Amino acid sequence: MSEDVWILGITMTKFGKHPDKDIVDLGAEAAMGALSDAGVTMADMGILAYGNLVGQSFGQQLQKQIGQTGIPVYNVQNACATGATALRTAIMAIRAGECDMGLAVGVEKLAGAGLLAGGSRDADDGTWTPRGRQGAVTAVDGRINTATMPGVFAQIGMEYGHKYGGADFELFARISQKNHSHSTLNPLAAYTKEMSLEHIMGDIMISYPNTRPMCSANCDGAAAAVVVSDSKLETLSKEQQRRAVKVSASVLTSDPWQEACQVLPDVNTLTRNAAAQAYEQAGVGPEDLDLVELHDCFATAELVHYDNLMLCEPGGAVDFFESGAPWRDGAMPVNVSGGLQSKGHPISATGIANIWEICHHLRGEAGDRQIEGARVGLAHVIGLGSACGVHILEKRAA
Amino acid sequence: MTEQIPLVDYLRLDGEPRLVANECTACGARYFERRNACASCFGTEFRPADVAREGELRTFTIVAFAAPGIDVPYVAGVVDCDGTSVSANLINVEPSPDHIHTGMKVRLATYSLGADANGVEAIGFGFEPC
Repeated sequence: MSEDVWILGITMTKFGKHPDKDIVDLGAEAAMGALSDAGVTMADMGILAYGNLVGQSFGQQLQKQIGQTGIPVYNVQNACATGATALRTAIMAIRAGECDMGLAVGVEKLAGAGLLAGGSRDADDGTWTPRGRQGAVTAVDGRINTATMPGVFAQIGMEYGHKYGGADFELFARISQKNHSHSTLNPLAAYTKEMSLEHIMGDIMISYPNTRPMCSANCDGAAAAVVVSDSKLETLSKEQQRRAVKVSASVLTSDPWQEACQVLPDVNTLTRNAAAQAYEQAGVGPEDLDLVELHDCFATAELVHYDNLMLCEPGGAVDFFESGAPWRDGAMPVNVSGGLQSKGHPISATGIANIWEICHHLRGEAGDRQIEGARVGLAHVIGLGSACGVHILEKRAA
Repeated sequence: MTEQIPLVDYLRLDGEPRLVANECTACGARYFERRNACASCFGTEFRPADVAREGELRTFTIVAFAAPGIDVPYVAGVVDCDGTSVSANLINVEPSPDHIHTGMKVRLATYSLGADANGVEAIGFGFEPC
């Protein structure tokens, strides 16, 4: 029986028209007010549950204004019950013993235009008018860097190459070639054709060095999972017990503040943090993994995650790939499903779909693409803004 | 002299064009926008801080597909300006991998976005090879 949970601090803003405040201004006012009322800071929070509907904003945007401490952020929606759902989420985390203090925030702007990116010369009276937190007179995407995913992740991969060397267009293309080759054995993949290196490098360039096949495939799809408690599983059939896969680690992180993180998203620190927490929770190390399904939203992303998930030494991702390790016949098979590039990336489904792939191998049911003797697997996803989920799954002991 | 307005308010055009960051007085973290608090130390006091005009290109990409109204290809990147990371486009350079490499030295440059109905000229910025 879990212990009681208390409300330590609480605040509401004045309700009404706030034309000069965007969603994050209002959320910050409430959040900072509640923290102050409680006599604590963001550093004391172990979870952030954030609710906003119409504005389609998320908790990480609030963190970027009031404190990026890397804690898990749960963005919740439940129509008019959103605020209560946010509070419930924080309460559940404390009852589960995952943290001892949490922050729940609910915010809405129904009277204004919400988060404005920037004005436009054509918008009102044809004059340049500064708008938003940067006083932008027109859209900055494309004039000041790019907000496009292929471009952001291209820079993330190229930055690794700048830091450690050896990561060029051809190397990234060979990572893509691996995943397209792996998917030929996966009947559920969106694309199941082998692709030569020449084809991949010669295909349409989206954002150098990511060509079209090096980008995750946009497609439709869904995935779902049923989870059960240990004591309940013991009451079920032998067959149900035999095929049950243990969740040895389930971790969520957000991006903690780093010097450049609000200039180019830092997908590295929060992944490394999530992986470290997961290995500790599961009581295993990367060397114990039999297969990994990681978030190759772009070929340039896969490279950095070899390092972030500690599948190799820091700075050793290029050597790790060159060794052949992440191929299905290598020492550490990565994305034998074909990954997001070839299997596909129906966004909300991916986080459960790559866990399905791991379970498929752990149950010994993966047929042609079975990784022999698979007992332990790791699944990783990352949502930009950012959130990183890492799960470690283990085959049930006989 | 035509009146000028910067593309974003952290580009200052009075005197030599330069970027000015919001620097947290408690921990020195720098931001390029209006702030509610410091994401690093939760402080709420900021001061303007001039950013070095020259730096080193830490990463880049060459974008081939963009929203309507944006010319492609264009080069997007992050410049390390003496310890402050700045997100920007690379301008006045051939947008091809043969002409760009990480580690190259670049400097702040400005360009015109044209005049509005009142004749006010918007000025944008980028970084060009030194």
